[in-house]
Amino acid sequence: MVIAIASGKGGTGKTTLAASLAVWCARQGRATAILDCDVEEPNANLFIGAEIKTSEAAHMLIPKVDDDLCTGCGECEAICAYSAIVLIKGLPLVLPDMCHSCGGCYLVCPEKAIQEIEKRIGVVETGAAGELLYAGGRLDLGEPISPPLIHEVKKQHPGADVRILDCPPGTSCPVVESVRGSDFLVLVTEPTPFGLHDLKLAVGMARALCVPFGVVINRDGAGTTDVRDYCDSEDIPVLTSIPYSREVAEAYARGDAVPHMLDAHGDALAGLFAAITRGACRAEA
Amino acid sequence: MIKELVIISGKGGTGKTSVAASFAALAENAVIADCDVDAADLHLLLSPREKSSEPFDGGKKAYIHPGLCTGCGECVIYCRFDAIGDYFVVDPLACEGCGVCARFCPADAIEMRDHISGDWFVSDTAYGPMVHARLGIAEGNSGKLVSLIRKKAKEMAEEDKRGLVIIDGSPGIGCPVIATLTGAHFALIVTEPTVSGLHDLGRIYELARRFRMKIAVCVNKADINREMSEKIRDFCSREGALFCEELPYDDDVTAAIVAGKPLVEYSRGPAALGVERVWGRILNEL
Repeated sequence: MVIAIASGKGGTGKTTLAASLAVWCARQGRATAILDCDVEEPNANLFIGAEIKTSEAAHMLIPKVDDDLCTGCGECEAICAYSAIVLIKGLPLVLPDMCHSCGGCYLVCPEKAIQEIEKRIGVVETGAAGELLYAGGRLDLGEPISPPLIHEVKKQHPGADVRILDCPPGTSCPVVESVRGSDFLVLVTEPTPFGLHDLKLAVGMARALCVPFGVVINRDGAGTTDVRDYCDSEDIPVLTSIPYSREVAEAYARGDAVPHMLDAHGDALAGLFAAITRGACRAEA
Repeated sequence: MIKELVIISGKGGTGKTSVAASFAALAENAVIADCDVDAADLHLLLSPREKSSEPFDGGKKAYIHPGLCTGCGECVIYCRFDAIGDYFVVDPLACEGCGVCARFCPADAIEMRDHISGDWFVSDTAYGPMVHARLGIAEGNSGKLVSLIRKKAKEMAEEDKRGLVIIDGSPGIGCPVIATLTGAHFALIVTEPTVSGLHDLGRIYELARRFRMKIAVCVNKADINREMSEKIRDFCSREGALFCEELPYDDDVTAAIVAGKPLVEYSRGPAALGVERVWGRILNEL
């Protein structure tokens, strides 16, 4: 089972929840992996403390032009939808940061003057913290495109029964890439107008991706009841809520969020896992 | 010359938008731009009155004409984005608009159709003009939209003789953040004294540094962990970043969001006064 933990708004507690749920599952004796898909700012292992066993570079394909074979016909420039290959004084210049690896220029070149080469975009690390398996991506600084790296992260630990994805914030391409194909999506929000506004965007994304989902309200009591009212009116299950407390915030700051969650909110995690499995089953039926 | 001040954070939820909205209220002659197009929230604090709205042309999406498709399956093989499913229907959420399928379809059955990814707006607020956007559900191309908003905001600043554009950025270090930083003059990084905050600060700082801009750091909720706040201060002095302020944890920050107002308009509490001091420091440095 693949459980994606996401949120429209950043800083709502995705990583805390993903890490705590993963540790909780592993302690129940389930073969569990946590996969950190927030490759721009990977934080899950700050809370898990997994020992890293493998670290491999991840790549995307970009074109390389053989100037001797190129006749300057411009077919490559014409097909590129991203302006990633442009003709300068009759010769194509590749702009790697613009390239989306579609392969169009390589396929279209009549002289076979273009080959595809690997460009490093980041690393995928794997390891384990006790029984809990870990994998995470780390995008190289300055690389604009993260989905191919996220794709690699999602391939790790395929044998685990429960695979928990810590997703990036927002609702655009990196999030879609992370959430796509999950059995269940948990949207973590906070009870403020920002939380509600961004939750609505995330709900739209979940519906567009046809992934069954539910909401966890974090820092419950710190704002308004609007999030709960919205979920009721839209018939969205509130899977659990975690009350606001300064202790949680302080434990998180130290990096002790997971033990604190397991101590103080073990029942909430058990209830959450039960609700997720019920929701995922219902979707399958 | 028009200066662009970008507010970013690396980590999400550190308080970027609360700071940006307060800066908008404190600035006397600025244009405001919300470049967190993925989850734009600044409008919830600045209550903009829309003056004009335009569709954002986010590129193209493939459409397979059912009447022309012979079901040969070539497109499925060519598509690197796994966007063409059973029955040869294109998944618009997966299609990147590259057009390779259309180019190589032997039956000429695929059309690349224009695709509107969202809307962008020019608005008035009580604090000055604002440019912002609404990206459609699960849409991509946020970098392109960010560039468009910045360009428009700068044009408006030129026309109105305003010297400053205040930009609310997005979390992370990827495409929209790079589009936000490129060519900007000053970055304020809003971080928090947590293990994640410190980790993510390192990455966003290094990225911003590559763009050769002035960088300042302020720590939000500094009293949540004094030790970690010290580490951030050390990081700044080691790196030569301007450490401008520790903002205390203050319930008024959430209360201001609930009230839909910039913090400095809503409160005279310790966080609001701290944000005013940050603003003063930045005005001096700009």
